[in-house]
Amino acid sequence: MISYIIRRVGQAIIVLVGVTIIVFILQHLLPGSIARAIIGPRASALQIAAFNRQYGLDRSLPIQYLSFLNQLIHGNLGYSFKQNMSVDAIVAHDLPNDLLLVGASLVLALVIAIPVGIIQAVKRNGMVDYVATGISFVLYSMPSYLLGLLLIAFFAVDLRYLPAEAPQQPTITGVLSDPAGLVLPIATLTLITCALFSRYMRSSAIDSLAQDYIRTARAKGLGQVAILFRHLLRNSLIPVVTLVGISLPGILTFGLIVEQLFNFPGIGLAYFNAAVDGDYPVVFGVTVLVALVTVLGNLFADVAYAILDPRVRYD
Amino acid sequence: MTDGVPEQVGASGAVPLTPRADSAVGDNAAATTPSGALLDGEQAARAPAALGGRGDAVRQDASWRMIARAFVDNKLALAGLIMVVVVALFCFVGPLFWHTNQVNTTFLVNKPPSAAHPLGTDDLGYDVLGRLMAGGQSSLEVGLAVAVVATAFGVLYGVLSGFAGGFTDVVMMRFVDIVLAIPVVYLFIDLASEFKPTLWLLILVLSLLSWLGPARLVRGETLSLRVREFVEAVRTMGGRSGRIIVRHLVPNTMGTIAVNATFQVADAILTLAVLSYLGFSLPPPTATWGGMLENGVNFLYDGYWWEIYPAGVLIVLTVVAFNFIGDGLRDSLDVRLQRR
Repeated sequence: MISYIIRRVGQAIIVLVGVTIIVFILQHLLPGSIARAIIGPRASALQIAAFNRQYGLDRSLPIQYLSFLNQLIHGNLGYSFKQNMSVDAIVAHDLPNDLLLVGASLVLALVIAIPVGIIQAVKRNGMVDYVATGISFVLYSMPSYLLGLLLIAFFAVDLRYLPAEAPQQPTITGVLSDPAGLVLPIATLTLITCALFSRYMRSSAIDSLAQDYIRTARAKGLGQVAILFRHLLRNSLIPVVTLVGISLPGILTFGLIVEQLFNFPGIGLAYFNAAVDGDYPVVFGVTVLVALVTVLGNLFADVAYAILDPRVRYD
Repeated sequence: MTDGVPEQVGASGAVPLTPRADSAVGDNAAATTPSGALLDGEQAARAPAALGGRGDAVRQDASWRMIARAFVDNKLALAGLIMVVVVALFCFVGPLFWHTNQVNTTFLVNKPPSAAHPLGTDDLGYDVLGRLMAGGQSSLEVGLAVAVVATAFGVLYGVLSGFAGGFTDVVMMRFVDIVLAIPVVYLFIDLASEFKPTLWLLILVLSLLSWLGPARLVRGETLSLRVREFVEAVRTMGGRSGRIIVRHLVPNTMGTIAVNATFQVADAILTLAVLSYLGFSLPPPTATWGGMLENGVNFLYDGYWWEIYPAGVLIVLTVVAFNFIGDGLRDSLDVRLQRR
């Protein structure tokens, strides 16, 4: 077990180093030069040379990569010249808002998707199953912003129950002071995440139902409720851990779109605005961060699975 | 003459092989052959090396027939196929009957549906019905092209990685992990913020980001296929690696590939719609469904529903259709595997 975890962590580190190489290459793919992208098209050759000298861009590429990597290891994601702020500060400022949005949606999605998946599995090919499968199929096939758009059109424009925008104060206390504005963004992300989870939950619960221990429990004379809660639910929770881990990149992508749609003050919106604006340090800094979260999510999924499920042994 | 595989083979080449290969995919023979792969092994082992080629060709043909049959068996897949055909006819044949100008703007802006414009006009005066057709063309073209390019490259990469095994396999798969670690939309926006997309660049970049899935799948299948008896048999008969890969490994992953390619089309159309919505897509006056939606959002409060919902409905319909086909194919092929 220990050796499996060590091997898995080693793999994750290799993947992360690979990601930094790709991001480094992307930075140097910029048409023109980094200096020109930052200090503008009318900069003189002398100014560009001075800029390159100051930021070490006149050194050889391998040396530049190593210093880039060194900065990242020390937690420095870069510096936004356009906003005159370090990328770390931008991220740290928006992070609580994102934790709120993604965290709340994730918890709500699990609270909905787990019971629905189990009911679908138990009453397989019944009315409930067909309806739930149909809904998740449509949600799954829908561009995520379209769902948000429909919710806005219905709840904000037609009924005027809820604001169409997320809270517009940038700090977490400001965001929390306007709970009505949080409803639609969280609802949108929750529904999309649910669609992502429910297919998986259903098949995982169907697998569990076919296991011997369920039959044994039935043979012991346990009632349906006891079987569902004591045996099926607990065992179906193991794959959920994996599911959350591997769904992180998807959730981050949907998060980006939801933030853009509702103008939610999060990292995704900061990233999107930076991409539109040509604020490359923020773009690449956030990309590294998102990749880090993805890799950690996968690592967490694998390791947690190995620890939680005693049947899985890797060595 | 009565019993005789050798005699038949000796007498008239590969012709008698055909019914055997055929019946293997039919329902009757399903019970008698333990698995499709083993059947291939039998064929390869029984037929002399010179005949291997013809036998393989028949097998390849048969796997296409298997897919065609899956469509007939599965109502969901058939429904999806019909939906795709209808949407494709609408987009590609529709403009022959409904002539509109989708390049030059007019002053007839934001007009509600009327006889002259059944779905109204947008804020630049384009006819929405005609624009849906034009947008569908680019969406379908990109979707199909990405699926073909990504699948072809992914299959090649996966089969080579799995077949090579060992250290090469580790390095090749680690590379896939690395690219997969950056979510597609983020990677694409990174690239699109640097380069202005054209149709071909868009297809290229989306393909570059989409081949990873098929590569992983095919590599997994190859790992289990390459140690099977029929591959050993070909090797013993002097078949080279290239031949094993092209004639035996790739055809045997055909089912997986077909299912995956269908989902690839759906994913590419969806990704394109998301990217168009975010503004990182084909520049105007090229129409895309996602771009139409993005534009229509501005008029949500004005009640110009015709500029928003038709494009949304078409995206969902098309993606659902391709997902139906993929799910249906997978179910049919799975059931077939189980029945064997």
